[in-house]
Amino acid sequence: MPKDSGIGASSKRREDVRFLTGAGNYTDDINVHGQTYVHFLRSDIAHGRIKSLDTSTAEAMPGVVKVFTGKDFEGVGGMPCGWEVTDKHGAPMQEPPHPILAQGKVRHVGDPIAAVVADSLEQARDAAEAIDVDIEELPAVIDMKAAAQDGATLVHDDLKNNVCYDWQLGETDDAKVNEVFANAAHVTTLDLVNNRLVANPMEPRVAVGEYKRGTDEYTLFTTSQNPHVIRLLMCAFVLGLPEHKVRVVAPDVGGGFGTKIFHYAEEAFCTFAAKACNRPVKWTSSRSEAFMSDAHGRDHVSKIELALDADNNFIGLRTNTFANLGAYLSTFSSSVPTWLHGTLMAGNYKTPVIQVNVKAMFTNTVPVDAYRGAGRPEATYQLERVVDKAARELGVDPIALRRQNFITQFPYDTPVALTYDTGNYNGTMDKLEAAADLAGFAARRAQSETKGKLRGLGINCYIEACGIAPSNIVGMLGARAGLYDAATVRVNATGSISVMVGAHSHGQGHETAFPQVVADMIGIDESMIEIVHGDTSKIPFGMGTYGSRSLAVCGSAMVKATEKVIDKAKKIAAHLLEASEADIELKDGQFSVAGTDKSVAWGDVTLTAYVPHNYPLEVEPGLEETAFYDPANFTFPSGAYACEVEVDPETGKVSIEAFTAADDFGNIVNPMIVDGQVHGGIGQGIGQALLENCAYDENGQLLSASFMDYAMPRADDVPFYGVDHSSQTPCTHNPLGVKGCGEAGAIGSPPAVVNAVLDALNSGGKAVDHIDMPVSPSRVWAAMNG
Amino acid sequence: MKISMTVNGKAVSGDVEGRTLLSGFLRDHLSLTGTHVGCDTAQCGACVVHVNGEAVKSCNMLAAEADGADVGTIEGQATADGSLNVIQQAFQDHHGLQCGFCTPGMVMSAAALLKENPRPSEAEIRKYLEGNLCRCTGYHNIVKAIMAASGQDVGSIAAE
Repeated sequence: MPKDSGIGASSKRREDVRFLTGAGNYTDDINVHGQTYVHFLRSDIAHGRIKSLDTSTAEAMPGVVKVFTGKDFEGVGGMPCGWEVTDKHGAPMQEPPHPILAQGKVRHVGDPIAAVVADSLEQARDAAEAIDVDIEELPAVIDMKAAAQDGATLVHDDLKNNVCYDWQLGETDDAKVNEVFANAAHVTTLDLVNNRLVANPMEPRVAVGEYKRGTDEYTLFTTSQNPHVIRLLMCAFVLGLPEHKVRVVAPDVGGGFGTKIFHYAEEAFCTFAAKACNRPVKWTSSRSEAFMSDAHGRDHVSKIELALDADNNFIGLRTNTFANLGAYLSTFSSSVPTWLHGTLMAGNYKTPVIQVNVKAMFTNTVPVDAYRGAGRPEATYQLERVVDKAARELGVDPIALRRQNFITQFPYDTPVALTYDTGNYNGTMDKLEAAADLAGFAARRAQSETKGKLRGLGINCYIEACGIAPSNIVGMLGARAGLYDAATVRVNATGSISVMVGAHSHGQGHETAFPQVVADMIGIDESMIEIVHGDTSKIPFGMGTYGSRSLAVCGSAMVKATEKVIDKAKKIAAHLLEASEADIELKDGQFSVAGTDKSVAWGDVTLTAYVPHNYPLEVEPGLEETAFYDPANFTFPSGAYACEVEVDPETGKVSIEAFTAADDFGNIVNPMIVDGQVHGGIGQGIGQALLENCAYDENGQLLSASFMDYAMPRADDVPFYGVDHSSQTPCTHNPLGVKGCGEAGAIGSPPAVVNAVLDALNSGGKAVDHIDMPVSPSRVWAAMNG
Repeated sequence: MKISMTVNGKAVSGDVEGRTLLSGFLRDHLSLTGTHVGCDTAQCGACVVHVNGEAVKSCNMLAAEADGADVGTIEGQATADGSLNVIQQAFQDHHGLQCGFCTPGMVMSAAALLKENPRPSEAEIRKYLEGNLCRCTGYHNIVKAIMAASGQDVGSIAAE
């Protein structure tokens, strides 16, 4: 019987009412009295040296307040990178400066050269066209393998080469790895590309900077997943401002998917310019601008080799990856191909020897950073494609091969630095086989064949590491931040509660799900609790929302703070009931003395806390507690996915006929929201597999710079999805037993789709063992006829 | 230039430039910020409003072109007592929105669809929504919500 409130209930989302009635408050909806508008003049060439830059005509144009260039920021810090990766020889990564506005060189199409602040956006745009800039074009560094060659053109003149780092994880002894492969009964090798993507949350980025001269205070409204992180980075590393004089507000944010984690130059610019112009400064990205200024995702080129013994046990795995970082280091870019990718190469399997090699490259492209899944989709794609290829080469069932190699004992120490606390991969696969009716596939294939279509079934398993992360561990790995989170539970005198959280909701439904937890703990109605997020002047210092961490990390902080509140309330209740604190029980919002009929209501205790007339002298008045929670380990959601496709052999067009996800997210607070998160992830994963591709030409021109050229998944590209979350092994180390569900769909679906297409082609007698994503009709047709 | 029109049943007027888009007029002149702008190529549909009863991408129409028109926006969709209309309620009941940014356009498109086709099939809904992008939901619950709003039984569709 489904619950109708509290943990486990599909409570309807309270935030929906404002979004459905046009009453949301997104950053572009915010207008500050006297505001100006900024337009950035962006480079239209990929790589060049600025020979001259004349803004005098623009400065004299109507409405122009001020024109900024790189010179205005010479004494200001650049955009920082939050993770220092150490290469395999022990040297720190190469870390070039990332100026707010270009200084000397432009390094990608979209690199901002100048900024015009004017009374209206139209005036700013018009004046930007009057800026006279002369750029000497240099050869563009686009192809990663070419960029790694000795003598390649340098993206950054002061670096020794274009390699940010050459990193390794797992077995460091090459001879040992070679020996495993030499002794293997079978080796499967695969070269593949994880296509470059653009996150494209539907709300483009916006920043509004405001400065109050009287109090020397700044406010930045911005489209961010983590306002405190933005404030810290901007104050401490970019502008050199005291944090207590800066307020960062991320109001309703229209989707993030990772790309709104990072601290962007436009945020620092608007804050800086608000003081320089002594007027508020607003920037609203156009979609075209977003394509060339939002951090991109993925873009790996990999070779993966899997060694198996004569019984088809996995005995070794080796990967070599080129990872594109773009022209500059975005905030967390360096961590994605390394600690968020290499550590996941064990997947769900007990492969004893694993070696991961990653060469991260600077190129003349937009910076690349975390996008939904961030490193984990890249790892899963390689691993699950090579496992599937091995099954085909060996003529064994792909599910049986996976099951044979599953990790079954927990906790499990992988050869790539993680300890999985719990899981049940066979149990989850059982759920998938039932939910997807895999027994009926043969009949469905026969049905498709009567229509002249090839039907394929693709299986995929994934493991991910979420709930980032124990601060001491990530500190050792190079993180320049802690990764705890925080919550303050403020009980009002009348018993209602405001919970101020470091997590940020930009579609995840925290305003609904988080109160379900607190309501359950106290036994009061969810409607008595509200979540406050997104404003550094209101919330404790938390690290924000990404990596499927909100409930596992911030939710745990909220549980701890609520426990402190309950402990204190019990002291007050004990006083009122003239009983021992140890005998006080809290149930359904009533404090009672165990074994008696004496009780006092939640609201009477909270009122007493603020009107402490009859009150224990040793207890402070008030009822408000804060907790910080630093996780003991990552959480490890896992799952098994099945995709069924039909391929039209005449055209190569792929249609998704069925998609089923069986996930193990541990305990679940709001099943409706969890299902929605999985749906969205699958939608993006299908987009990556079939449609999306961020393409550059050899000169560094961005070919896919609008929704006309970048194929976003639309409603008729996808089916209804089947989701099953009944396989549940609760996380062993956080109080809610939750693991995180935000990225699973995007991690688990691309290999399932590609595996399905290849299964379809092979069923039609076409011995095709790989097609790169996006698996477009032309690529499928070429593979079939090539 | 001076323009006037009816927006959500109220007479409004304004002084706009020739290049002012209808979306800009609604957002910047009338403070009706429920109409969102998610792209600059008329692809995403976050800005869909009704003009004389037809669904229109308001970023793709000049404000001056709407002079004299009857315009409906998301702010005018709720019922007279302020409660959600049938489509809005179905979106909440079936979790047809996450970040909410595409939602006004989705609701306005859905209303236009149901006006011309009161019981659309799943395929008809998916086809009709080609001009509305959503990045959060994978469309599953949007399609389901529209089917439910049209009175169809959606109980057999997998999962909430």
